[in-house]
Amino acid sequence: MQKTYYDPADLKKFGKISDWNEELGAKFFDYYNSVFKEGNLSEREKSLIALAVAHTIQCPYCIDAYTGDGLQRGITKEEMMEALHVAAAIRGGASLVHGVQMMNKVNKLEM
Amino acid sequence: MIKSLHKRESELANSKRQVEILSNGIFQSGDLPKFKDKISETNQFPLKAKKLEILQINVGYMCNQVCEHCHVDAGPDRKEIMTRETMKQCLEVIKNTGAHTLDLTGGAPEMNPDFRWFVDEASKAGIKDFIVRSNLTIIRANKKYHDLPEFFKSHNVHIVSSMPHWTKGKTDKQRGDGVFDKSIKALQDLNAIGYGIPNSDLRLDLVYNPSGAFLPGNQASLEKEFKKALIDDFGIQFHNLFAITNLPISRFLDYLIASENYEDYMYSLVEAYNPAAVANVMCTNTLSVSWDGYLYDCDFNQMLNLPVNSKAKHISEYNEELLEGRNIVISQHCYGCTAGAGSSCQGSVA
Repeated sequence: MQKTYYDPADLKKFGKISDWNEELGAKFFDYYNSVFKEGNLSEREKSLIALAVAHTIQCPYCIDAYTGDGLQRGITKEEMMEALHVAAAIRGGASLVHGVQMMNKVNKLEM
Repeated sequence: MIKSLHKRESELANSKRQVEILSNGIFQSGDLPKFKDKISETNQFPLKAKKLEILQINVGYMCNQVCEHCHVDAGPDRKEIMTRETMKQCLEVIKNTGAHTLDLTGGAPEMNPDFRWFVDEASKAGIKDFIVRSNLTIIRANKKYHDLPEFFKSHNVHIVSSMPHWTKGKTDKQRGDGVFDKSIKALQDLNAIGYGIPNSDLRLDLVYNPSGAFLPGNQASLEKEFKKALIDDFGIQFHNLFAITNLPISRFLDYLIASENYEDYMYSLVEAYNPAAVANVMCTNTLSVSWDGYLYDCDFNQMLNLPVNSKAKHISEYNEELLEGRNIVISQHCYGCTAGAGSSCQGSVA
């Protein structure tokens, strides 16, 4: 029995998702590949966004993939860490901004 | 400064041990296919040498730097230096071969005491592209080398230099403390006399090697990043960037094993295998000459002591008919030249 939920080797099998639904799998990977092509944003910028999002959604496959992708593109560890702080700031801010809702509720209910 | 594997008497200083490692383990167990089997899938085995286009001469393993990833295991403690006698034998071939490119490498080729004599003589042969692989810092290493840019210019030498990153931290980590600052100064000196300037005939190209256990990204994208960073930060210009994959040989192999990255790295190379790159691998149009005049299919085979499969084994025995069409000697390190867009001393090949 597999002892952990995540196996790093599974990342390489991502493409096999299409085995059980070729049509939707193909559509997904077409879309995915198009998204990461250079457009108004560079491939490098997209890689950093992906890395930050990977940490936000805490996807170990994505963290592995986009750390490696960043290194290949010459992105420095300092740039990667800055991107992560953007993710952390938004994630932390998202919790904190809900404090306004809490404050509204308290102000409404308290005398 | 670290010492060479030879000086440290590391087991990896022995090329036979390196070939053993590359042949056993994951390749013997069948977890990964051997290179021979992989290229056989597309009927590309045996790889055959075509007409000679590039003569690459390694004039010695001595170097003023000791880079972490060096496949030559070069350094100040290496004493293997090409003699003038062997250089004369090389010149005979240079004059008579139809090769369009002469490529001098090392070590730091400039440290060979007969380097300037050799360049003087070789430049008379009228070779179309005369490359010297200069590590840049040699120009700043000692007063006697300060005039190298002018010397290169007077011989219309095409300079190819390593620069693993446009930041100091990454560069110094791979190539040694202080290398980045000296390299920047040397590049500025070269720019000042016309090297690397757009439309200039004085060619200055940079080589990018990943500073770790990962493959190089897209060569054109990296070139764009390098050009932007170097011009913005230091006012430096250059012509092209060659993205070269690190091959699991010598000090890079030592690093891979010590950092427990060897198997993952070999998986990455095999996974990125591109049959289209096989057709253009450099060993098919290149001949590598070692400091003592022996012939190899490439500089990597030279370091693994895998000589050419031909009756002509030494530059003094050079014979176009014997060498053309020879079977290229391969092992698992060859995956490094066929991964992704392929890799050669001239960068991507596919």
